[in-house]
Amino acid sequence: MIQKTPLYDTHVAAGAKIVDFAGWQMPINYGSQIEEHHVVRRDAGMFDVSHMLAIDLVGCESKAFLRRLLANDVAKLTVPGKALYACMLQEDGGVIDDLIVYFFTDTQYRIVVNAGTAEKDLAWMRLVAANFAVSLTPRRDLAMIAVQGPQARERFWTAFPAARAASVTLGVFQAAEWTVDGVTWLIARTGYTGEDGFEIAVPVAQAAGVWQKLVEAGVNPAGLGARDTLRLEAGMNLYGQDMDETQNPLESGLTWTVDFKDAARDFIGKSALAGRQAQGNLRVFLGLVLLDKGVLRAHQKVVTPKGDGETTSGSFSPTLNQSIALARLPAGVAVGDEVQVAIRDKLLKAKVVKPVFARNGQSQL
Amino acid sequence: MSVPADLKYTASHEWARLEADGTVTVGITDHAQEALGDIVFLELPEIGRQLEAGKECAVVESVKAASDIYAPIAGEVVARNDAAVDAPESVNQDAYAAWLFKLKPANAADLNGLLDAAAYEKVAAEH
Repeated sequence: MIQKTPLYDTHVAAGAKIVDFAGWQMPINYGSQIEEHHVVRRDAGMFDVSHMLAIDLVGCESKAFLRRLLANDVAKLTVPGKALYACMLQEDGGVIDDLIVYFFTDTQYRIVVNAGTAEKDLAWMRLVAANFAVSLTPRRDLAMIAVQGPQARERFWTAFPAARAASVTLGVFQAAEWTVDGVTWLIARTGYTGEDGFEIAVPVAQAAGVWQKLVEAGVNPAGLGARDTLRLEAGMNLYGQDMDETQNPLESGLTWTVDFKDAARDFIGKSALAGRQAQGNLRVFLGLVLLDKGVLRAHQKVVTPKGDGETTSGSFSPTLNQSIALARLPAGVAVGDEVQVAIRDKLLKAKVVKPVFARNGQSQL
Repeated sequence: MSVPADLKYTASHEWARLEADGTVTVGITDHAQEALGDIVFLELPEIGRQLEAGKECAVVESVKAASDIYAPIAGEVVARNDAAVDAPESVNQDAYAAWLFKLKPANAADLNGLLDAAAYEKVAAEH
């Protein structure tokens, strides 16, 4: 079934080019993907991310449930509104999805998951939840808008001055509820671009009005195309491309999200990951910058002295003006190495770099 | 979408123009550049290469994807637009000015087998 977000008509009216994304009719760009990319790095852009699903979790065992469900440990979350990036794993360590969980109280959380995996995620969560006193409520009554860029917060406050007090003190990866006229928004200082900004969740009925106010405040609509090049430059994984059920987080650049510290905590996938770690020879997940002319894409073979690897995401980087990729490479390949990427009938030279290319308006290389 | 009446077209979205010197200039259509989005890389055939009609001979890469370019007719490559290679965005700006390569046709009459503007407009409307 083809689905549309509450902002679909707004996108069409703005001249967006619409594509199918995970079953959703989404704007890929409103003209030039590269210009939309630059606007986010330099000023402020916004994305309709209403295709993603917010799931509210309540119940006296919410914390215990999440400590079982997720490879990252929600026990780290002690300040109300604080958010955590985490992977939800299969028993064999394969990644079911990556998500953000917001903490409100030990009995109240919100989880935001990817669009393409939403139904699968919910089914899995409900299966695990059978052993816990919790309830899960999908919130398709909410629209979500990501306002991103160095000027994003200022422009958001220009559009909604009354929301400033509730959101001005938010730290990175922290959210706050803001209630006006009996309607509650969640304003989160999170994003998927490597820039500052907010992700806001508002009732569906308000979505188009909020979008319009942001346009009037000088926030430029940006499509999924720019969202992809921005997240790639920022070195952020895309589910289904950089990792999926056949890959574990330890070989997907996500070791930092797997929390083994509490030996008493038994999260799903833990024993498989511990086994894989003990086995050693883990593949490394690093960045590539193409030295020759061309464009790196996902699933190209990477030839290294340690064996072959594969690009998982690749594109042209508008900020660096050259091509970049994320790649899963054999153990022993390290930052600074020169490797070759098979593009059509050629082997092109690429340099291995840390998987963060550009953030906060500038190159990180 | 611009479809100049004086050009010939392929269903795979190339345009071809017969020049006074008998060579044929080849590029991609306005519809094609629009569909590809921001173009960032061109891989053009070497001068002297013999092209077969309908076979892959160049690649246009946008931020979004790589797209093969097919030779509209058979012939030998006699020129390539290196200015467009250095500024791939020029194809987005004017797809009919930013040509890709010129070929010396094996048989100039082959051009008659290509689509005219009216026929191409119908093809483009569907794809």
